[in-house]
Amino acid sequence: MEFTTEFRDAHLVRGVIEKIRRRVTRSWVLMEICGGQTHAILHYGLDQLLPAEIELVHGPGCPVCVTSLELIDKALAIAARPEVIFTSYGDMLRVPGSQRDLFSVRAAGGKVRVVYSPLDAVKIAQENPDKQVVFFAIGFETTGPSNAMSVVQAKMLGLKNYSVLVSHVCVPPAMHAILSSPASRVQGFLAAGHVCSVMGYWQYPSIAEKYRVPVVVTGFEPLDLVQGIWMTVDQLESGTCEVQNAYSRVVSREGNTAAQAILNRVFEPCDRKWRGIGMIPQSGWQLTTEFSDFDAEKRFDVGSIQTQESPYCIAGEILQGLKKPTQCPAYGKLCTPDTPLGATMVSSEGACAAYYRYGRTEG
Amino acid sequence: MCLAVPGKIIEIYAAGGLRMGKVDFGGVIREACLEALPDSKIGDYTIVHAGFALNLLSEEEAQASLEALRELASIEDELDPPAAQDWR
Ligand code: SF4
Repeated sequence: MEFTTEFRDAHLVRGVIEKIRRRVTRSWVLMEICGGQTHAILHYGLDQLLPAEIELVHGPGCPVCVTSLELIDKALAIAARPEVIFTSYGDMLRVPGSQRDLFSVRAAGGKVRVVYSPLDAVKIAQENPDKQVVFFAIGFETTGPSNAMSVVQAKMLGLKNYSVLVSHVCVPPAMHAILSSPASRVQGFLAAGHVCSVMGYWQYPSIAEKYRVPVVVTGFEPLDLVQGIWMTVDQLESGTCEVQNAYSRVVSREGNTAAQAILNRVFEPCDRKWRGIGMIPQSGWQLTTEFSDFDAEKRFDVGSIQTQESPYCIAGEILQGLKKPTQCPAYGKLCTPDTPLGATMVSSEGACAAYYRYGRTEG
Repeated sequence: MCLAVPGKIIEIYAAGGLRMGKVDFGGVIREACLEALPDSKIGDYTIVHAGFALNLLSEEEAQASLEALRELASIEDELDPPAAQDWR
């Protein structure tokens, strides 16, 4: 078994969709949390194959999209310093800050390097003892273990020239924030499978109960997605709101406890501002006291920062499931992947980029 | 950074004080940190994010899911012939 092709069986996908078609009696709004799932849904055209009653709205699970403008501007200020080698996941380079992006900092002589893993950034720090290496530690619970491990390794190696600019965000508080808004349209959640592979799904029953929404842990292949949608719709039609797991080959209820132990050693919860959404209490991670020496915000004083968001961008409403990219007046006109006005048009996980890439003009 | 597909562990070693491994993603070989998978062995499938292996995949669970899906979609025979698109 390769664990991929088996879950891309188009015939089986159509069968499950037919099952959904026969089950559904009214309209339902479901949110997939993860931007990776948004892209898979559009790539396979599942949004167009599903019965019209099922509306999918796209959640905030795109780390590049929700990293606050303040932090992007801080990153840009740190990256421009002559003693710094600034390292980041590739997606972050074109995310617009208030005035510029990391690409333009690099074009102006800043040392900005793309890494695949923060552990590569630690290697760069070892190889460049006369430079300060900073890693832009963005992400959800999925990149958390890697980002945490880099700090543990740097401490173990006694590196004084490695630090992280932490912008970590967590899924469950965002689900609370979305559902507690009076404007919320979300009636069921496809929970992000890979977040749950680390964290498990023991945090979700309280959400399902409090807001009366089904939550189904869902994977990323087309069959996973239609299975997650089927289980959510089946629950909605029968009036239940439980937590179910449609991704059991990867996810267990308790998650990976070894990864959680690393996370708990390095990070602790903190309030976090989400781009376009605002402050969500206890929705982020910051370094614990044991590792606070590795905090780039403490190491580099960049003064006070005045941010300026594009007046057109409605990404915040999109990420809360209130609007679709096609409802943004700038979509596909002023704002394209070549001229992005918001982060959701840049990231390979952003909803606007997915709509544009797969040619959606409506819905 | 989050579009992780499963890969197969083909080598395990220690480097920089960490349990590391080589993982094969359909022919593309990447290094991954295996610190959170102390019991992983060569031949296991894992999900890797940002160079860190998050979990092992269970073949037993995968087979059970596929079986359940086939049953769920057993109305398939009444459907039109398979769609032209094949995603494999
Ligand atoms: S299309 Fe561009 S401006 Fe509009 S919401 Fe998306 S990223 Fe923002």
